[in-house]
Amino acid sequence: MSLLLLAEQVLNGLQFGIMLFLMAAGLTLVFGVMGLINLAHGSLFMIGAFAAAAVAGATGSFLLALIAALAAAAAAGALVEILVIRRLYAREHLDQVLATFALILIFSESTRWLFGSFPLFLNIPEALSGPVTLPGGIQYSLYRLTLIAIGLVVAFGLFLLISRTRLGIQIRAGESDREMIAALGVDISKLYTIVFALGAALAGLAGALVGAIQSVQVGMGEPVLILAFVVIVIGGIGSIKGALVGAILVGLTDTLGGLLLPLFFSLFMDNASATSTGSALASMSIYILMAIVLVVKPSGLYGARA
Amino acid sequence: MTRETLINSALALALLLVPLLAYAMDEPFIITLATKVAILALAGVGLNIALGLGGLVSLGHAAFFGIGGYAMGILASHAQSYTAITDWPVLIEGTKSMPVIWLVAVVASGITALLIGALSLRTSGVYFIMITLAFGQMLYYFAISWAAYGGEDGLSIYVRNSFPGLNTLDPIQFFAITFVLLLAALLFSARLARSPFGLALNAARQSPQRVETIGLSPYRLRLLAFVISGMITGLAGALFADLNRFVSPTMFSWQTSGEIMVFIILGGTARLFGPVAGAALFIILEHILGGLSEFWHIYLGLLLLLVVLFAKGGVIGTLAGREKAHD
Repeated sequence: MSLLLLAEQVLNGLQFGIMLFLMAAGLTLVFGVMGLINLAHGSLFMIGAFAAAAVAGATGSFLLALIAALAAAAAAGALVEILVIRRLYAREHLDQVLATFALILIFSESTRWLFGSFPLFLNIPEALSGPVTLPGGIQYSLYRLTLIAIGLVVAFGLFLLISRTRLGIQIRAGESDREMIAALGVDISKLYTIVFALGAALAGLAGALVGAIQSVQVGMGEPVLILAFVVIVIGGIGSIKGALVGAILVGLTDTLGGLLLPLFFSLFMDNASATSTGSALASMSIYILMAIVLVVKPSGLYGARA
Repeated sequence: MTRETLINSALALALLLVPLLAYAMDEPFIITLATKVAILALAGVGLNIALGLGGLVSLGHAAFFGIGGYAMGILASHAQSYTAITDWPVLIEGTKSMPVIWLVAVVASGITALLIGALSLRTSGVYFIMITLAFGQMLYYFAISWAAYGGEDGLSIYVRNSFPGLNTLDPIQFFAITFVLLLAALLFSARLARSPFGLALNAARQSPQRVETIGLSPYRLRLLAFVISGMITGLAGALFADLNRFVSPTMFSWQTSGEIMVFIILGGTARLFGPVAGAALFIILEHILGGLSEFWHIYLGLLLLLVVLFAKGGVIGTLAGREKAHD
């Protein structure tokens, strides 16, 4: 195996991880601040992708498509928070799971009803298509490289938002003591709506960006949602830093596992069975990673406590 | 006789009478629907032991449902192709006998539940929900990539497996098998709830510290509940596969986990007959709404949302009132 291939796969893993981070960041924020588990976060990812595909199809502009994705997901998030989610904060987790499961059914079927069952396609913008040559002679897709850059910029922006702004102070205060900040005069229900819409916008952005490299279809959100859960379990609930580290670990494990495990098994097996054993194990590798983290540190790498 | 017992008996009787009537009127399709209700209710009875009694919100019970299904699929597919499953270190052959398949399904899902439970019960709350969901998804991807047993396409079994003395291809006889198993599981679950183990488990849900103070380990209680729960759901999986004569990775999907949970909630959490009422309501809705609109899941979602937000006791809770404190 060439080093070039390995480098390319590392970049793919990084790109995948960064996109998972956008999903996991919203989930972990919503959990940290409001104590809510939101299964419908994957639906917001899907809404972002569909909004982007629809707007790109109508106008041909990728930038407008991204703005539409952010706006649609944030609006859907705010709406759902006001109508449904708000009633769930004080409820037990079981109720939250079921209500948000119900939301998935409603969102998925409504989208199927509006757009049909066939996947939509979102094209990579002209300016970003094609490969670039990186130092060391690695040929890599410019679009995927842009995704990594956008993700890192968003991650940095999120760190600044949380640590440097007034909203960030309120979010952190809300995480540690919600009664106290309500008593200090912060409009807590407005803060919750903003945090939820922010998480939704991040999910929508991820959906739109990923939508250009895979097909945009109903049900695309849930597999990503479950991976984002794995990321949060690994990183620790409520920690943005944990979400970033966990996401990159999961992204790299998934991509490199698919490449390296079959090669590893071919050292002592014949090729056909090495490929099948390797790929079966590779499909389980991130969950094995999760299990190891659970054994060593049940509260996750950066979690305060379980 | 309390009102809940009355409703429970009425439900059991209805589930028995509907297929008998359908048999008299020669409507095999309705018998199949009733069989489906009985099997899905059985899966729900399994989950209800972890969820209702133990307070363990497992969103990964499709794992056990799928393992039960694949136990049936693997054994029966080898029997129908006359090939051995393995000839080393001992020769293991497939089988078409239901009792053997059930045993394998129950043992296999019990072992898996022990492994998944031992890891996930190290945590609690949201972590537990996310981890069980993730392990379910792991098995889903594993089933997809397991090319030897059909991969993504699944496995078809041409003839339903056999049960000594019965003709399982006759819908009403197969229904009888599932109905008896469901009743047995309900009886077991009712006895379990009142046994010392069930009481300790209930206490561990309400106050783990107190249970620990009297020298019991909440972790062990929960793990045992999780294993029993997985075993019953695994049995339901084997029956479900036999009903369809088909297994596919869909049995492992997260939607399956969600649906099993929905049966319990629609029927009423921690109610003995909750899963029966819920599964029946689900199948009836699927049938009526599914006939009206291709997008019936929208209405199912709305209904579920309304039940969760406003009618917490589900069907049985609404009918029987809050006789039983379970918070």
